[in-house]
Amino acid sequence: MKRHLLGLCLALLLALPAAAQDRFASALAGLGEGFGQTAEVAERLGALGDPRAIPLLRALQDGTLRRTPAGAVLLPNGTDAATGQPADATGAEPVRINNRVRQVLRGALGRLQLISPDPAERLAAAEAVFRSPAPENVPLLQSALTQEREARIRAQLELALAASQLRADDAAAKRDAVARLGTAATTEARALLIEARAANPEIATAIDVSIAAIEQRLALRRVVETLFQGLSLGSVLLLAALGLAVTFGVMGVINMAHGEFVMLGAYATFVVQELCRGIPWLAPWSLPLAVPAAFLVTALAGAVLERGLIRHLYGRPLETLLMTFGVGMILQQAVRLAFGAQNREVVSPSWMQGTLMFPGGIAMTQNRLWIIVFGIFVLLLVVAAIRFTRFGLEMRAVVQNRRIAATMGIRTGRVDAMTFAFGSGLAGLAGVALSQIDNVSPNLGTGYIIDSFMVVVFGGVGSLAGTLVGALTLGVVNKVLEPYAGAVLAKVCVLVAIMLFIQRRPKGLFALKGRAAES
Amino acid sequence: MNAAQLTAPAPDPLLYLDGVSVVFDGFKALNALSLIIDPGELRAIIGPNGAGKTTMMDVITGKTRPTEGVVRFRDHDLTKLDEASIANLGIGRKFQKPTMFDKLTVFENLELALKAPRGPLACLRWVLGGGDRARIEQTLEEVGLASRAHDLAGVLSHGQRQWLEIGMLLMQDPELLLVDEPVAGMTDQETEHTAALLVRIAGRRSVVVVEHDLEFVRALGSKVTVLCEGSMLSEGSIDHVQNDPRVIEVYLGR
Amino acid sequence: MSATLASPAPSGFGRMTLRLVLIGAVLILALLPVLNQMPTDSALHVSDFVVTVCGKWITYAVLALAIDLAWGYAGILSLGHGAFFALGGYAMGMHLMRLIGPRGVYGHPVLPDFMVFLGYQELPWYWLGFDHFPFAILMAMAVPGLLALVVGYLAFRSRITGVYLSIITQAMTYALMLAFFRNDMGFGGNNGFTDFKELLGMPLNTPNARSVLFYASLALLLGALWLCSAVTRSKLGRVLVAIRDAESRVRFLGYDVTQHKLFVFVLSAVLAGLAGALYVPQVGIINPGEFSPANSIEAVIWVAVGGRGTLLGALLGAFSVNALKTWLTTVAPDLWLFALGGLFVAVTLFLPRGLIGLFTKAPK
Ligand SMILES: Nc1ncnc2c1ncn2[C@@H]1O[C@H](COP(=O)(O)OP(=O)(O)OP(=O)(O)O)[C@@H](O)[C@H]1O
Ligand SMILES: [Mg+2]
Repeated sequence: MKRHLLGLCLALLLALPAAAQDRFASALAGLGEGFGQTAEVAERLGALGDPRAIPLLRALQDGTLRRTPAGAVLLPNGTDAATGQPADATGAEPVRINNRVRQVLRGALGRLQLISPDPAERLAAAEAVFRSPAPENVPLLQSALTQEREARIRAQLELALAASQLRADDAAAKRDAVARLGTAATTEARALLIEARAANPEIATAIDVSIAAIEQRLALRRVVETLFQGLSLGSVLLLAALGLAVTFGVMGVINMAHGEFVMLGAYATFVVQELCRGIPWLAPWSLPLAVPAAFLVTALAGAVLERGLIRHLYGRPLETLLMTFGVGMILQQAVRLAFGAQNREVVSPSWMQGTLMFPGGIAMTQNRLWIIVFGIFVLLLVVAAIRFTRFGLEMRAVVQNRRIAATMGIRTGRVDAMTFAFGSGLAGLAGVALSQIDNVSPNLGTGYIIDSFMVVVFGGVGSLAGTLVGALTLGVVNKVLEPYAGAVLAKVCVLVAIMLFIQRRPKGLFALKGRAAES
Repeated sequence: MNAAQLTAPAPDPLLYLDGVSVVFDGFKALNALSLIIDPGELRAIIGPNGAGKTTMMDVITGKTRPTEGVVRFRDHDLTKLDEASIANLGIGRKFQKPTMFDKLTVFENLELALKAPRGPLACLRWVLGGGDRARIEQTLEEVGLASRAHDLAGVLSHGQRQWLEIGMLLMQDPELLLVDEPVAGMTDQETEHTAALLVRIAGRRSVVVVEHDLEFVRALGSKVTVLCEGSMLSEGSIDHVQNDPRVIEVYLGR
Repeated sequence: MSATLASPAPSGFGRMTLRLVLIGAVLILALLPVLNQMPTDSALHVSDFVVTVCGKWITYAVLALAIDLAWGYAGILSLGHGAFFALGGYAMGMHLMRLIGPRGVYGHPVLPDFMVFLGYQELPWYWLGFDHFPFAILMAMAVPGLLALVVGYLAFRSRITGVYLSIITQAMTYALMLAFFRNDMGFGGNNGFTDFKELLGMPLNTPNARSVLFYASLALLLGALWLCSAVTRSKLGRVLVAIRDAESRVRFLGYDVTQHKLFVFVLSAVLAGLAGALYVPQVGIINPGEFSPANSIEAVIWVAVGGRGTLLGALLGAFSVNALKTWLTTVAPDLWLFALGGLFVAVTLFLPRGLIGLFTKAPK
């Protein structure tokens, strides 16, 4: 992307007519022959709009520009500014400047940077012009706009142009500026219009129309962005909760170490990254590699936990809760001792970095988009595993009637272990995703475990569709409430809402209703 | 109302069920069931497994909400009340699978069932008076558990648990007793004793007994209702229903 | 008497011995502040540290009793009791902050330092009244009690039981922790309250104040013990056990289960709040970390280790686990979390009746 733009700029540069090159060379005449003349040259160069002037003027500003007795101007790297060829530097003296020249230089450089080959520089220049609007900037900005391709810079240029036009005396230009600002969707544009409204009562109605248009667009953007953030938080919750939906929802085992399994998944990602670091062609793919690795590590940990400890506590949920909490504690401390208490960084591969801009100035970070995609993928995986595999069938059979399943030759113990391992493996997958947006630290899981339980309880224990709806709802509601109530109060509100919601206590898809007084 | 014309208008029935249906995931456990119990009446209910006998009791005691229909106890709409309120109106129940508090002694189980104020503060201040103690001991005699008074309920045999739950029902002193299969697991002698006990109670209280043991039902000597597939199949004396061809077909067999 | 038959309590010989041990322990504890006053070279001298630590443990023991009452007897496993404890602590902390007066770093006559720092102009309304000790104590009971009332009402009415209730209460303390971490809540944010100067006219950190607080805690413990045993020996106690083991059967006997659970839950929260109120002046600090879910669940494990469903077990657990913690965190701090985690596993798997279960025969 960047590369293309650079290429484009270069092509444009090369295509500059030879006459322009001559004009650049001739504009240099008089440089260094007194402050007045030097200032004039700077002024001329600024108006000329040739990018080669930028390093030259900058050198002039720093006092590293030299002039030979023959009148050639030398850049700091020893080349002749006019020809671009290495030149004889004997007797060259630095060109001296005074405050007046400095002032002219700043203006000239600012305008020149608008067409600099470096996009970051252009953006900064556009911002600078926007901050000090003046009618004389108009032609410059207009010409910069004809060349500019990058959307972000264009938007900033438009803004600067409108701001400058609003300062001009030309009523038609003002109306034009107001109308064009009305098509923007930024708070800056709105602020500009509000400011202009007081100064230009004659076009107040036009300004109001534009402000309203901006506000509408801003509101829409807010809605879309909130929704996006909510969905991405929801996908994180979904990932963390899917494992619980299997272990807690389907098996009825309450595993408080689930959060630690998520944490183990994140550390597995970290370890895979470190292992791949030495192999350059593999390094960008460490994250996809971490997906199966994290799944296997946590699934194995889950199987060990189930066979070794949990199975002795079936039918005693409160004890299971306490015991697994203890296991979580041990895991956390073990990781803390092994990897240290500080945060570990898992870098996103380059193909996941950056922000996607959508029309209307809607920004979405790529890694969050990927997490949404990953969340959907894992959900489908779980549905497929439960619905369409032999393992899923046995799992459902054991949950519904353990005794009969056993008499039909299903090894219930093995199914229990596999189901639990599967749920734990899903926690590992959540860890892979979390490593992309959160710090990988030993207590990574604690922040998510409570929310995930809420999701499972809210969505209806044992129901995958409920888990999906619950996770997305919680995510979105959290983000919607956040601006009004603050993140913390939003959490509290959601909690209270859930408590009110579980009035009709969900019993789960697979749970059979008991018949005794106790059911 | 239509149903009022169908059944003979008895003066102020104690319990009144009309058109009660219960649907579990599309399965009709009760199907437009109507039933009237008069004050002081003893009624036996029989029917094949899955006929909906227990479900009917669930509906009356508030455990299950009917999908439709009217359930009234005196002037109270039972479909609007929770289990505790229904119990406090004077409806006591013995469960098909005897259920009590295994970590409490037999005596304590009876003490909890004893009719007395039920609020937390009342329970905190509660002192077992001589009269109440005498009542509990009398009940212990009645159900033959006097020697086990201070054993944990959890160690009792199935038959003893049946007796203990009947004892708890007696302690509640309810106006309407719903008794689900009381004699399963009892000896013949105990069965006779239970029948006599229920008949004795029936004069003062209304009693609804669900039982598969026809000898026992005969010993009760009461009106019998036959349920099948969630609705009433036949009603009348034991001889009447035993000779009803439909009852013979679905329940008694040849 | 049937009242003495409350079955979950250990019976017979074991019970008598345990009672003697308890009385002995209380006597020894009561002597500690006296021994603290002995000359330092005396063999009987007890250091300040021991007195403070034991005072702290006593408040923990009250918390354990509160949890045991709800969990061991009524089957309500609350993973949020730390929140009630912390709220009581905050109420007392607010009182202590008000008592600092102009002695703070900024020397403001009314506002605590953190408020001056955050630019408060006047005391928030919810701080009013906390300059009075009786009011602070009242709040230390009322706030946890009210919270328990609301949360309990919502939960019990909806028949949320078992692990669901545990998760809800854990979420409750988690939400409170997040809330108290915020500066704009007016409770000192991250740092909470500290640098207390005096209480009831006694400068803190003097032997005198230490003994007074110590004896107050001991009195609270004995009071709580008396109250809990009154509850558990009454018919209410038997109703609670019945609810724990067969909740809906209790309903069919006509008991309003919601009311009973609510009663014991609120009572338990109030006890926890009082314990927190006495804890804070002894440790000299209260911060949002006290709300962390891990704290609550750690307190639950004291009860599990000691033996739930017996009041003595709760005390035994609170003292023994905390003694282990104090010792281990000085000897090998890294091992403590392993040990604690191991305790969770070991107790649930191998010692379901707790340490008490080792001394008394199982109820059949
Ligand atoms: N909670 C429930 N969920 C689903 N189905 C139920 C439920 N309760 C009862 N049923 C069904 O309703 C039908 C009636 O059951 P019910 O227990 O009332 O029969 P019953 O007449 O008491 O039988 P039995 O003589 O065996 O005790 C049965 O088929 C049962 O499976
Ligand atoms: Mg039945």
